[in-house]
Formats: sequence, C-alpha cells, structure tokens
Amino acid sequence: MHDDNHKETYTMDNKTITTKERLAIPRQEMPAQDPAERVTNFKEVNLGYTAELAQQEAMRCIQCKDPVCIKGCPVNIKIDEFIHLVAEGDFLGAARKIKEDNVLPAICGRVCPQEDQCEKECVLAKKHKPVAIGNLERFVADYERETGNVKVPTVKAPTGRKVAVIGSGPAGLSCANDLAQMGHEVVVFEALHELGGVLMYGVPEFRLPKEIVQQEIDVLREMGVTFQTDIVVGRSVTIDELIEEEGFHAVFIGVGAGLPWFMGIPGENLVGVLSANEFLTRVNLMKAYDFPKSDTPVFDCKGKNVAVFGGGNTAMDAVRTAKRLGAEHAYIVYRRSEAEMPARVEEIHHAKEEGIEFLLLQNPVEFQGDDRHWLTGVKCVKMELGEPDDSGRRRPVAIEGSEYVLPIDMAVISIGNGSNPLIKQTTPDIEVSKRETIVVDVNTMATSKENVYAGGDIVTGGATVILAMGAGRTAAKAINEKLMGTSQSYDEW
Amino acid sequence: MFKIVSAQFLAENIKKFEIEAPRIAKKRKAGQFVMLRIGTRGERIPLTIADSDPLNGTITIIAQGAGRTTHELNQKEAGDFIDDIVGPLGTPSHIENFGTAISIGGGVGAAIAYPTAVALKEAGNYVITINGARSKDMVLLENEMKSVSDEAYITTDDGSYGFHGFVTQKLQELIDSGKKIDYVLAIGPIPMMKAVAEVTRPYGIKTVVSLNPIMVDGTGMCGGCRVTVGDEIKFACVDGPEFDAHQVDFTNLNDRNRIYGKEESASDESFQHRCRLEGNN
Repeated sequence: MHDDNHKETYTMDNKTITTKERLAIPRQEMPAQDPAERVTNFKEVNLGYTAELAQQEAMRCIQCKDPVCIKGCPVNIKIDEFIHLVAEGDFLGAARKIKEDNVLPAICGRVCPQEDQCEKECVLAKKHKPVAIGNLERFVADYERETGNVKVPTVKAPTGRKVAVIGSGPAGLSCANDLAQMGHEVVVFEALHELGGVLMYGVPEFRLPKEIVQQEIDVLREMGVTFQTDIVVGRSVTIDELIEEEGFHAVFIGVGAGLPWFMGIPGENLVGVLSANEFLTRVNLMKAYDFPKSDTPVFDCKGKNVAVFGGGNTAMDAVRTAKRLGAEHAYIVYRRSEAEMPARVEEIHHAKEEGIEFLLLQNPVEFQGDDRHWLTGVKCVKMELGEPDDSGRRRPVAIEGSEYVLPIDMAVISIGNGSNPLIKQTTPDIEVSKRETIVVDVNTMATSKENVYAGGDIVTGGATVILAMGAGRTAAKAINEKLMGTSQSYDEW
Repeated sequence: MFKIVSAQFLAENIKKFEIEAPRIAKKRKAGQFVMLRIGTRGERIPLTIADSDPLNGTITIIAQGAGRTTHELNQKEAGDFIDDIVGPLGTPSHIENFGTAISIGGGVGAAIAYPTAVALKEAGNYVITINGARSKDMVLLENEMKSVSDEAYITTDDGSYGFHGFVTQKLQELIDSGKKIDYVLAIGPIPMMKAVAEVTRPYGIKTVVSLNPIMVDGTGMCGGCRVTVGDEIKFACVDGPEFDAHQVDFTNLNDRNRIYGKEESASDESFQHRCRLEGNN
C-alpha cells in the first residue's frame, strides 16, 4: 500500500505525467486580493487555491522516496502522502491524512513559516521553487470545512479522568483535542472573553479569519470539551485549587508569552507609544477598526505617520493594520537587514505590496514629544552588520553620527514578549528558567510539579503556532500515559 | 454571564451593584479589581471591587458614570446580566499593622478606600478615614467608613457637609495636630492623589496610591497601563494598581490617560444622545 502511494508517475485524465513534465509545472501562485483594494479592508488577503490550482501544484511534488520535507515539519505531517491524495483529487482524504498529525491545518496552512520548515527541505527548492506545501495544506483544510465535511473525531469511552487546560491558544486547543479523543474530561480555562488566544487577539483577520478559529473550537465543543472564559488562573483560581478542590487529575499550562517587552529608551511612555499586543488586541479582539460601532477606540491612524519597531510576524501584522486604519506612512523600523527578519517571507512580500516602507538597519534611540507629551518623532541611528552574535545572525552595530529624527505620530513596539509572572507567583513549586519560562522535560512536557505539564510559548518563549501545537500534543500523550498508568495500578490494587 | 443581584444609586450618577461572581468573591482581597465588559460590542474597563460576600458568591462594585461604558452600566438594574467579569486582578493591598493608618477616598475613590480601611482595621491599625466629595449629596459610604474608623472625617469642596475644603487640608490638619501617622492610602482623581503625595512627602510618611490607567486586558498582556514609578516602568494591572505615591510620575499618568479623549467623548455623546431619543435617561 505504502509503495503505491509513492508512484513515479501520475495518471490524470488518462494521461501519464512523467517526473520531467512535473518539474516543468511552475509553482502555482496563491490568488490574493489586489493590494490597492485590500489596504482598505480587513478581509483575508489570500483567496486560496481553486481545486485546479491545487491539483496542478500537487503534481509538482515528485514523491521522493525519502521525503525530507517531513523532517522539516515540527509535527511530521505525512506531506508526500497528503499531496499525492490532492493530485489524485481526493481532497477529503488529504485533509484527513494531515489531521492524523496536525489538528489545526486551516490555521497552520496560513501562519506556519513554511519557508523555514517543510518547504525549505523540499528537494525542488534547490533547482526550482519548492512545492507550495502550506498553500496545499490550507486548501484541503478549507475544502473539508467549506464542503461541510469536517468530521468530529471519535471520542473514546470516558476514562473518569479530568484534565484542566489553561489557555485556549494553539497549545491548549491541540492538547484539549487529543485528551478529549482519549476519553478524558477536559475543561479549558481562558483569561479573555473570547477563545483562541493569540489566534484571536494577535493574528489579524486579514491573515487568519476569526471564523476559522471559532469553527475549530466548535469541533472541540462537539467532542465534549468544556470552555470557561473570564478565568485568570493564578488569580480567579490557582493550580493547586484546581487539583485539590476541583478534582482535576492533571493540568496543562499553555498560557503563551503574554508580557510585552519595551525597549527601555527615553520617551517610551509618551502618549502614542503602544505595544504591538495593545494595538492588535484593540483592533482584533475588541474590533476597534469598527469604532464607534464597537466601543473600544484605537489610536486614530488616518493620515498619520506610524512606525512599528521589530521584524517579526507581529510587526508585519501591526504595520499592515495601521495602513488599513488609514496611516499615510506606515514604516517598519528594524535594526538588522531584511535577510535577518524573523517574519514569514509572504508577510514581508505582502507588506511591501501594500506600500509599507521598510527602514532597515536603523535603531530607535529616543522618542520625542511635544509640550503635551504626545509623540512627535523618533530619533534613529543607522546600523551596519558586524560579526555574528549568539543567534547566529550578524550583530548590528551603530554607525556613529548617523542619527536623524523620523517624524511619527504613533509608535508600536513589537520586539517580543516575556512570560506573564502570574503562574510563577501563585504556584512557586513550578520551576522556571532565568527567562521566566517554565522548565519541562521535553519528552513529556512535564513540569517540576506532579501532574502539571506545560507547552507552547510559556516554555519556549515567543515561537510558532505549530511548535505550540506539537507541544500540546506531546503533553496530551504523556498526560494520558500518566493518568491511565495510574488508573491501571489502582485497578490492580 | 454575570447576574446583577442588586443595583442602587448612592449619589447622582454613582451606582452600586452586587453581582453574582462566586469565584471572584471567594478569592478577592482588598485593593484588587475586575475587568468588566457589558456586552458583545463593549469595551473592557477596570473597576475596583468595593466588597465581596464569599458565602453568597457576590461582589460589590461602585461605578461613576464618566464615559460610555460606565453610563451604560449605570442603566443596568437588578436581574440584568453583564457578559464578562474577570478577576480578581492586580496585586492585593499590602496590609500590616503600621500603627496609625489614614485611608483617603476622593469621590468614587471611597469605593476602594473603604475595603482597604476594613483590612487595615482588621490588621490592628488605628484607622482614620477621610472621605472627600464635591458636596453633601455626593458623599459615598459614609456609614460604612464610620463603622471601621477610629476617626472618620468627611470633607466637601463646597462646605455643605463636614469639613469645608479638600482632603489634603484635613490631612495637613491631622499632621499639624502632632498625631504620629505611619501610613497613608489615597485613592481618587489624579490631582488629588498627587496633592496627597506632596503633603506627606516632607514628613516621610509612607504613602500609597491606587492608580487607574487605561487597560485593555488587565492581565499583563497589553502594557497600556504602564506607569512610571521612580526610574522604572511598571504595569498597573500586575505590578499594581497600588504604588508608592512619592515615586509615581502623576503627570505622565495624566497625559497617558488622555490618549483616547476625543474618541471617548464622541462615543459617550452618541450613547447619551441615543438614550435621550429612546427616553431612557
């Protein structure tokens, strides 16, 4: 069977296509909203492949005997097999093949940094463009959902074991999914009033429609997972109380990295300097783009100059949001060069198409304000790249005497997030690192506290959706083994 | 959904609510707050928990109609529901037996000064309360304050009740009388808190203020509530809301609270206008 899935040739419409012919197919471009139009709305930028485009793209995959792309995927999706199914036109089969390893393909197909993962490993990448694995993943997941074919996974008979999942972001959702399938009672606690974590408050609608996130959550509900919003674990209830008073047998912490870093430069507290978290939460979660129909305001960007400091996906999200809110000039200010930017290549590309101005190799040194203490500008210094630093990237070094002032009305700081100290403060027996991330055994995601597991950004620091998801699944497996192991020994007694 | 059990106006535009929130009622300590969101289109606003009843699972909040959300809240009655209330948030007040402690509440700040006065009393302090209001009909929690105070003072700006003047004048009078004061807590409008800090500063009296910056989530995520305390930047939602009054940069706090001034008044005006049209107000 397996060998059949790795055919040297495809037969389509009674025509056999050879490897050479497949290599001749160009990478199929993702259809997208026109840049001039999309900067006036918050609708999704990418429109998705049609079935024809998807099949064309899938046929580019030469079905390697040793599919190295799989090694590039943090959760080892059977990429060759699902792409083969796409080429054959079995889109539902393809969606289900992905879901064996990834419970949130519609989301990962949109937000994974494929060029650093699966597509980086694709053998085609050496001479041609890699197979658009991410676009195909997105297509099959959308196809399954839009045709009403999402299957609620089968849930095993109740085990009588109850697990608390703290946080409803990617780590928590994937952990909850697996635990529910294993027959455990799962309650997910969320601090905000909406479920989805960073997928809701952080990633904008134009990159990840919120409806998709909510539909994924609905599937979990159908599987019997309970959700409680407005619960800040550490404040509303502690982990010890969940275990000792509320009868949870295990706890998974997937609270993310939610404490925004600032730069510590003069003027950072001027009116008009915001964290990316605040700016994006106002717009995404609180729907400030719809003010005054929505009650939450956001800084009025119309005709203003906005600078976003940072080079990651969040920075791209923030600057493109500012543009959509009517900014005259929307700048990315980044201290290294474009090659070092952590953002997905597609986001950088989209940002440029939308007229985002990239001020590279520049570092802010001081924010300046008027007599009312409102931001008027930022003093930047130009940088050049020196020797590689700890991250392997060349260290930016300031060029003496190159300071200049960039006039801006709003500054958005997007240089990353630290850990929220709440869990640490209220559960001191959970070991944390110097960076305040939770220390775990990477094989099980177990923390130093009995029956408490953790995964996602609270363990790794700011990382990706797919890594958080993988961690949630690893933890679910370990929690299941622990709980069921315990259960067996009770039975033996 | 959180059910309002009782609702009553304490003064013009200032309303007290008891709301079913069992988890919060059980955990809440003096000085903590909740984030509240009335309905789907609503914003999240921080409100201090004035009291709680862990047995009945209710919390008490006191809201002064100042903007769109508080005006809308103040139209709610017993039996109505609030979509979201999350808490208790913030670091609880640091309470110990300081000796003689003064709890000062200005306007709706009395809602916070009161629970802290209770906690100070329970810790064994000699408790003095100064309850400041614009005029007699705006005095809040008079009886409650009295019941926990060894000395209770009321000041009104217009002299219609109690001491004629500001809370700072009463405070200065108490200091001048030679009383040894070990601790002052001040909660109210920013100019009042700043003025209290200036009164106690020369005497080196430990003084704490509870700050009310703009917040979105209230859990440390947005950083909108950052305040300058000494040389450091602090998040009022997780590091506070109480800080050393002598270290707080009140000017910066005041400036930052004005960022959405224009939007807030427009939103409030359109709400009030609609209410008048509908005859609700």
